[in-house]
Amino acid sequence: MTLLFTQSFTGVSIGAVLLLIALGLSLTFGQMGVINMAHGEFIMAGAYTVYVVQKGISGAGTSLFVALPVAFLVAGAMGVLLEWLLIRRLYARPLDTLLVTWGVSLVLQQLARDIFGAPNVQTAAPSWLTGAVPLPGDLALPASRLFILILALAAIGALAATMRLTPLGRRIRAVVQNRDLAKVSGIPTATVDRLTFFIGSGLAGVAGVALTLVGPIGPAMGTNLIIDAFLVVVAGGIGRLRGAVITAFALGLLQAVFEYATTVSTAKVLVLAGVVLYLQWRPQGLFTLRTRSLA
Amino acid sequence: MSTLSLRDLSVAFDGTPVLNGVDLDVEPGDLRFLIGPNGAGKTTLVDAVTGLAPATGRARFGAHDLLGKSVHRIARLGIGRTFQTATVFEELTVAQNLDIAAGARRSVGTLLRRRTRLPESVSEALETTGLADVAERKAGELAHGQKQWLEIGMLLVQDVQLMLLDEPVAGMSHDERQATGELLRRIGAERTLVVIEHDMDFVRSFARSVTVLHAGQVLSEGTVEQVQADPQVQEVYLGRTTTASQEA
Amino acid sequence: MNISPRLRAPAGFAVAAALLFLAAPLVLSDFRLGLLAKYLCWAIVALGIGLAWGRGGMLTLGQGLFFGLGGYAMAMHLKLADAGDGKLPDFMTLYGSGTELPWWWEPFRSPVFALAMVLVVPMAVAAVIGLAVFRRRVRGAYFAILSQALCAAFAIWLVGQQTSTGGTNGLTDIQGFFGYDLGDPKNQRMVYFIIAAVLLALMIGVRQLYVSRYGELLVAVRDSEERVRFLGYDPALVKLGAYVLAAGMAGIAGALFVPAVGIMSPALIGVVPSIEFLIGAAIGGRASLPGVVLGAVAVAWARSSLSEQFPSGWTYVQGLIFIVAVAFLPGGLASLKKYVVRRPASVETPAQPARKPAAEEVPA
Repeated sequence: MTLLFTQSFTGVSIGAVLLLIALGLSLTFGQMGVINMAHGEFIMAGAYTVYVVQKGISGAGTSLFVALPVAFLVAGAMGVLLEWLLIRRLYARPLDTLLVTWGVSLVLQQLARDIFGAPNVQTAAPSWLTGAVPLPGDLALPASRLFILILALAAIGALAATMRLTPLGRRIRAVVQNRDLAKVSGIPTATVDRLTFFIGSGLAGVAGVALTLVGPIGPAMGTNLIIDAFLVVVAGGIGRLRGAVITAFALGLLQAVFEYATTVSTAKVLVLAGVVLYLQWRPQGLFTLRTRSLA
Repeated sequence: MSTLSLRDLSVAFDGTPVLNGVDLDVEPGDLRFLIGPNGAGKTTLVDAVTGLAPATGRARFGAHDLLGKSVHRIARLGIGRTFQTATVFEELTVAQNLDIAAGARRSVGTLLRRRTRLPESVSEALETTGLADVAERKAGELAHGQKQWLEIGMLLVQDVQLMLLDEPVAGMSHDERQATGELLRRIGAERTLVVIEHDMDFVRSFARSVTVLHAGQVLSEGTVEQVQADPQVQEVYLGRTTTASQEA
Repeated sequence: MNISPRLRAPAGFAVAAALLFLAAPLVLSDFRLGLLAKYLCWAIVALGIGLAWGRGGMLTLGQGLFFGLGGYAMAMHLKLADAGDGKLPDFMTLYGSGTELPWWWEPFRSPVFALAMVLVVPMAVAAVIGLAVFRRRVRGAYFAILSQALCAAFAIWLVGQQTSTGGTNGLTDIQGFFGYDLGDPKNQRMVYFIIAAVLLALMIGVRQLYVSRYGELLVAVRDSEERVRFLGYDPALVKLGAYVLAAGMAGIAGALFVPAVGIMSPALIGVVPSIEFLIGAAIGGRASLPGVVLGAVAVAWARSSLSEQFPSGWTYVQGLIFIVAVAFLPGGLASLKKYVVRRPASVETPAQPARKPAAEEVPA
């Protein structure tokens, strides 16, 4: 029972990280139809940011809080650069963006290997994150997982507030809903696109910071996460915050519970199969059809 | 040939009614024009009949119930449609476009073989639509009017009994409109045609009968003269014909 | 080049046959010929990708799944044959707990069964996936992600089954091929010839598909699935055909890969190899038949020769080639042909609605 509880909580915190990653993907996919396979490497960039910052600042706690905004900026800047150099030329060809950004991800991974070396690296976690938070009963929550959950929820709250309350958020929503109308209404859609990319990629950087608390940092760390994150986007519905939240936590929990019941790899297979089945059952289908023209 | 018969046909998008209990009969051989102000539900009606928009009520074509059938099954019953923006296979030639339209009932064996010569129905359709000269051009290279004719040609080889045309002359020059109207008359001899149109001159010249839709309901029905004389139509619609035809 | 369009394809196949069966065995060392055999296997996968993606618009990001299914079917049989009657494959006695063969291994003792499964399993799996996915109108990016996820799941599952599939190592050290000793260079050559013959035969088959009515219909579905639906076709079935055939080709390629290289493992079929299957097709020209094959072979050749010298350099090159080819040359190198070779006027054969060479039908 205790194990199942801990495992479920692990699942929730996996879900939180997945959600951070998926939100960025969902934003750019929903707004621009872009599938960004290099998103995983923005996670990696965020994680390596912690590693670099720790070289300069010795205190693990301080460096963590310094690394958070820096990782957001670094990953965000990479996203903007990618959008500006390549993706804006490919808006009409979503499948091609997938392949092009995969090429980008190859290059970024190799860069990481050449800069930081191929083996994984470790960062020091602050001492207050190594213990466990006791709960009534015989239960306890690992502090690092709890921190990740809080971090993710804070980031998501900030994103939701940005989308609802700020002029930028209104513009993003306008562009998602009707790009042409937004453009003729005087919204600079190109700038909005770039800012969306910045925010989405920055969130991946934050996710990368969170991941350093529970695992090693390596050049290929993004690849392992990106597929799960895409499944969250696909199953949760494009551009729908609520759908992404529900699916991310559901996937994280399912993964953890299946792991408890079977093995890690079987759990993974079961979760993936579950998503495919879910898409079968989903009554709405995944697309909307314009009726006046099929073009 | 079969009659298209709609009873209490209703469509709602997100709870907003777009079609609201439409009763409509189109007899075989009719050339019926559907007119009505923007948002009257004309395209939605065509969508409902062709299986694109989920509808309630009843829609029958001959002995077949249409509602709930998938798009391709309805097409196989002999109901074809065009779209406001001509939708043809741009990467394929005109002849290939028509050949595909002619082939929904082909066996796997036929499909796997190369086409050695054009089916007769395709050659006929090329003649009828006046596209014989451009048969080997890619459809994407055609002029706007020619694309519309190609779409109609595709319906011809598909051998549909009921053609639903969504604004086939929108964006055409006067001469092209005239040619299209005559084409519709020619092919209408053996088929039932339902045409959505805004341009009242075009309607007056070619309609055999007219149905006026307004706010998702049938407002009036009859010959062009009867409809134009209907005070209800004059009230809600004729005042706007000028704007409507400018948009078309 | 004054070859009439009707003769161009047969001439192309004749050249390909001469290169594969005469030039390559004469010029290349045994080692290089063995490498070429491996590349040709990837070319067979690319052939299927060209059909499904280039012509059918289905971005098959997970062909490794089918490559692996075919490959493991073959490798399981060869391992059992290596072990001998009633004995267990070596890795099972090493890692396995017991002395018993898993029940689903048992039928693979039969060569006929194994060969049948090479085709049946990938195609059946593709049919189930395809029916489920295409009927629900899952397409475009969704389809790509799903196929990638399924491939990832398969690779992860294999890794987890250490005792019955060899886990991360896979099925290694395969010695014999239906009674022939693979250590003998002569038999390695025979394997090469088999692979080359299969590739050529499949190319002819795929070309027939491209010029058939089905080929035209597939392009029509790619460009406007909904329009095809209104013509009375079920696009799901049209796509299913191409997808299942592509899976079958990947399965055959996987099966042939095993005797050519002597190993089948999760690392050869996971997410990354699956995307690498696409690179050749993308660079050569996804909708062009010679494009995908030449592209696949060229990329594989470049990878092994460049990565021998600059291991990290190759990754940059590969990434950059991919970016440049897809972003700026979506028709692949095949689309450059029209700038080099003057294209024949399309009114040349008015009576016969002749097909144009495949390369010109590359989508914009």
